[in-house]
Amino acid sequence: MEHTNEERLKKEFQDMVKKSAPSSNFLKDCLAAFVVGGFICVIGQFVMNFFIGLGIPKEDVGYYVATIMVFLGAFLTGLGVYDNIGKFAGAGSIVPITGFSNSIVAPAMEFKREGFVFGVGAKMFVIAGPVLVYGISSSVIVGIIYYIINLFK
Amino acid sequence: MGEKRVGEQTIAFKNPPSIISTAAIAGPKEGEGPLRDYYDVILQDDLFGEESWEKAESKMQKEAVRLALEKLKIDEKDIDYIFAGDLLNQLMASSLAARDYKIPFFGLYGACSTLTESMSLASMAVDGGYADYVIASTSSHFCSAERQFRFPLEHGNQRPPTSQWTVTGAGAAVISSKGNGPYITYVTTGRVVDFGIKDANNMGAAMAPAAADTILRHFKDTGRTNKDYDLIITGDLGKVGMELTLDILKKQGFDMSTNYSDCGVKVFDLTQQDVHSGGSGCGCSAIVFCGYLYKQIMEGNLNKILLISTGALLSPTSTMQGESIPGIAHAVAIERGV
Repeated sequence: MEHTNEERLKKEFQDMVKKSAPSSNFLKDCLAAFVVGGFICVIGQFVMNFFIGLGIPKEDVGYYVATIMVFLGAFLTGLGVYDNIGKFAGAGSIVPITGFSNSIVAPAMEFKREGFVFGVGAKMFVIAGPVLVYGISSSVIVGIIYYIINLFK
Repeated sequence: MGEKRVGEQTIAFKNPPSIISTAAIAGPKEGEGPLRDYYDVILQDDLFGEESWEKAESKMQKEAVRLALEKLKIDEKDIDYIFAGDLLNQLMASSLAARDYKIPFFGLYGACSTLTESMSLASMAVDGGYADYVIASTSSHFCSAERQFRFPLEHGNQRPPTSQWTVTGAGAAVISSKGNGPYITYVTTGRVVDFGIKDANNMGAAMAPAAADTILRHFKDTGRTNKDYDLIITGDLGKVGMELTLDILKKQGFDMSTNYSDCGVKVFDLTQQDVHSGGSGCGCSAIVFCGYLYKQIMEGNLNKILLISTGALLSPTSTMQGESIPGIAHAVAIERGV
């Protein structure tokens, strides 16, 4: 009896918390993510057009763009700007490759004080690690599926 | 039953110990907050001349202890015990600080409830006749807490509106059998209360039931009510947790809307300082009590307060293993005269 009463109290409280918790401004957050994310992509497009203009072949130009964008993300993280962009844009600056770069550089900077091996080296992929593990794993799976489909062509 | 116990969880001191000195050290952001005039030292930068945030936090705690003693003109060797704690693994800040003073040391972990936890134990040691001078000190640092519990500082992410901002600050209080107040008259030691909140970004909600439980228990054990206090103030529930606590207590028949507040709400300007729900951390109630409240009591603006530091007893591991957040709250009644 005592037990069920406690469960009921807990349930009531959890409902109360759900109701009272202030929620994020969904529309504003979406707009900020859209505009900033879009702006990062526009910069990427500029870089791409620039390299195509230099005569880089279309199939290779992606590497050049990725390199520049990763550099920009790392550079802005180093200057202490990227976290402020992220605070405003949310997913808009996390999802592009600049955000990936930020997620590696930020822990690398943070853990420098613990040394280059057990600090920087060990902690660098604390955030990006799971992305790499599942990104690479799923690309292998997709590759196998692609191979099998091609067998039946 | 112990002769000094009243009710289930409360101790009524026979010879109430005095808080004879306090010191508060605040970080730069706290130094811009509404209580800036009450801190002994405001740091110019987060590192405080050290090479890491952890060491900076440790130095803050050491400085707080040094300043609290300096005001008394008594020497380190007169101190019988120090009860200290912080939020870092293995109590790094407190232990490194304690390395430099030659005082018998008890390290405590009560998450953000450590201030009243250490004050409770210090008062028991004094009233029990085991000590004449005891220090209670705690600290927290935004940067060291972030890297311990959340993301690296430069990582660009968004905080939800229920999240709180760990206070950079340290406070120390000297509790003694000799002195003329303010007195610690009662301590009510909290139980761990967990209402199943799992969101580590809403610690106010996770701790609110513990705060309410301890406050209600204090009323029941002592026969006092909210009307007996000029101010009832929780440690770091923030705006969200504070409103939940008010709600729970109202349902139990205590309307505390006029004399209840929270250190996490007091320490920052919630509309201007981008801290969302308010301040948190051991340093939160430490600098608000050792800085602001203690001076208010000494000046006679407050006569009787109930301070309830609140702690969320989660660890990064417990969160990852899907556990809900256990809350704790310890109450200390502080009075100008007895």
